[in-house]
Amino acid sequence: MAVWKRIRRAALFVFLTALGIFFCTPVLFLLTGSVTSRYELNQYLAPLSDAAKGFVYWKWMPDYPTFSHYENVLLFTPQFYVVFWNSVKITALILAGQLLAAVPAAWAFAVYPFPCRRLLFTVYLVLMLMPFQVTMLSSYLVLNGLHLMNTHGAVILPAVFSTFPVFLIYRSFCGIPKELLEAARVDGAGEWQIFRRVGIPLASGGILSSAVLGFLECWNLIEQPLAFLKDQSLWPLSLYLPEISLDQAGYAFVASVITLIPALFVFLLGRDYLERGIAASALKE
Amino acid sequence: MNRKHAWILFLIPSLLGVTVFCLLPFLDVVRRSFLTAVTGEWNGVENYLTVFQNQAFQLAVKNTVRFTLVCLPLLIGTGLFLAVQISKFCQGQWLKSLFLFPMAVPAATVVLVWKMIFSEGGFLNGALSMFHLLPEGGGIDYMGTGAAFWVLVFSYLWKNLGYTVVLWLAGILAVPQEMLEAARLDGASERQCFWKILFPNLKGMLYTITVLSFLNSFKVFREAYLVAGSYPHESMYLLQHLFNNWFVNLDLDKMAAAAVCIGGVLLAVILLLGKFWDPDPGQ
Repeated sequence: MAVWKRIRRAALFVFLTALGIFFCTPVLFLLTGSVTSRYELNQYLAPLSDAAKGFVYWKWMPDYPTFSHYENVLLFTPQFYVVFWNSVKITALILAGQLLAAVPAAWAFAVYPFPCRRLLFTVYLVLMLMPFQVTMLSSYLVLNGLHLMNTHGAVILPAVFSTFPVFLIYRSFCGIPKELLEAARVDGAGEWQIFRRVGIPLASGGILSSAVLGFLECWNLIEQPLAFLKDQSLWPLSLYLPEISLDQAGYAFVASVITLIPALFVFLLGRDYLERGIAASALKE
Repeated sequence: MNRKHAWILFLIPSLLGVTVFCLLPFLDVVRRSFLTAVTGEWNGVENYLTVFQNQAFQLAVKNTVRFTLVCLPLLIGTGLFLAVQISKFCQGQWLKSLFLFPMAVPAATVVLVWKMIFSEGGFLNGALSMFHLLPEGGGIDYMGTGAAFWVLVFSYLWKNLGYTVVLWLAGILAVPQEMLEAARLDGASERQCFWKILFPNLKGMLYTITVLSFLNSFKVFREAYLVAGSYPHESMYLLQHLFNNWFVNLDLDKMAAAAVCIGGVLLAVILLLGKFWDPDPGQ
């Protein structure tokens, strides 16, 4: 009996691992594709443009590995830098803005029993849950009124006032014992000092969680730039990549890998915060 | 800073932004939904009637509802199954990360891979032909037929399974271990342990997961749009496509009416689910 149990357990583990690795295969395609030579790529991917018959073919170890695609993108495609920089700028400004607006607001909700607090919090919660399509027209009306259409501001400003970070950070502020704040007050700390010296350091985990989740979201932004940015020169990577045609497969693979790297980096470094952030988004305790 | 009024200073930047960028314009949208687009005259419920009779709207609503009804149970069920299995291993941390990984992969980077897999000459058809399972007359282009819907379902599961598993695991870990052990000592089977102890304790989490998965289901538009463009096969023409196309054509009156309807429906669903799970809203 015990042996059977152990075998079943091992089989389950192998199954789960295999499934998990299967989930990661798209990234392996991108990595190998980016170092496969142009000639080989054309050969393997020919069935995609239905001229040739047969099926797509792939080698996990290309016959002639090469970094020439990377060289092409990094040295001879200035356009790519423009798009990459757009993405970096949009993501950085949104994250900075979100933290500046959301951290104090979350503090207000968590610490002070002000009038209409419950109502306001519900409004924030509902806004956080509304998909972009519902708020699309309202955002457009404001952006158009402010003459921000077709500028990066059109993507950045509405995202800065997203209410999801407020909710997430509020959760971690709520975890701070009230006695601690009272003690700080008794010792003569002002409200701002308590926020700076007690609140922020103790909730730094939650703030980081919201930054990690925010980064992954901003780096992947599609609906907003698609609706509000007309000029292709303003587009972020997430919109630009699919525009690369298949005859430039090498370029497409390398551009995808380069887009993936920051996300990968944040994912690996911030894995714990990401998981904590997801767990903290539980709507009910 | 005075303690009584400190909250105003803390809250004001965010509240101001939310009011200017969301609340006030949404009121304007509500107002506009009753006016004609060009002249701005009072139009009653005319816009709403136009929207409801619009064939594209009917198709999009039908597809969106179908997508939700297929995906949510599938995602929530698979997520729970995986979470329960993973919770049995101490290496769960790594397994969890493997499933979470797709969340970090930007939609734009997988478009190429999706094309490689699901085109007429793609890997899926290649694998089918290897096992002689390909129907007569060659394979189909999965993105160009009714199968497109299932490709979308797959890509939704791929992307969202990770955080569902993380949420379920958080719920499972919160269940007191003593309770389970006591039940096992009393001779309860694994199945009984799950249904009688674990599951009732996960109800709150089920609410969260349902609501979040539902809202994330709106984001499949990213993959759908990037792979198939503004007018994909009609089996995957979703509300998101419709809104985007109305926006491009500046059909603002229709958009206003539809946004109010969908916002209202979503609000009702969220509140109802919340009530259903937790009859006492005081907690």
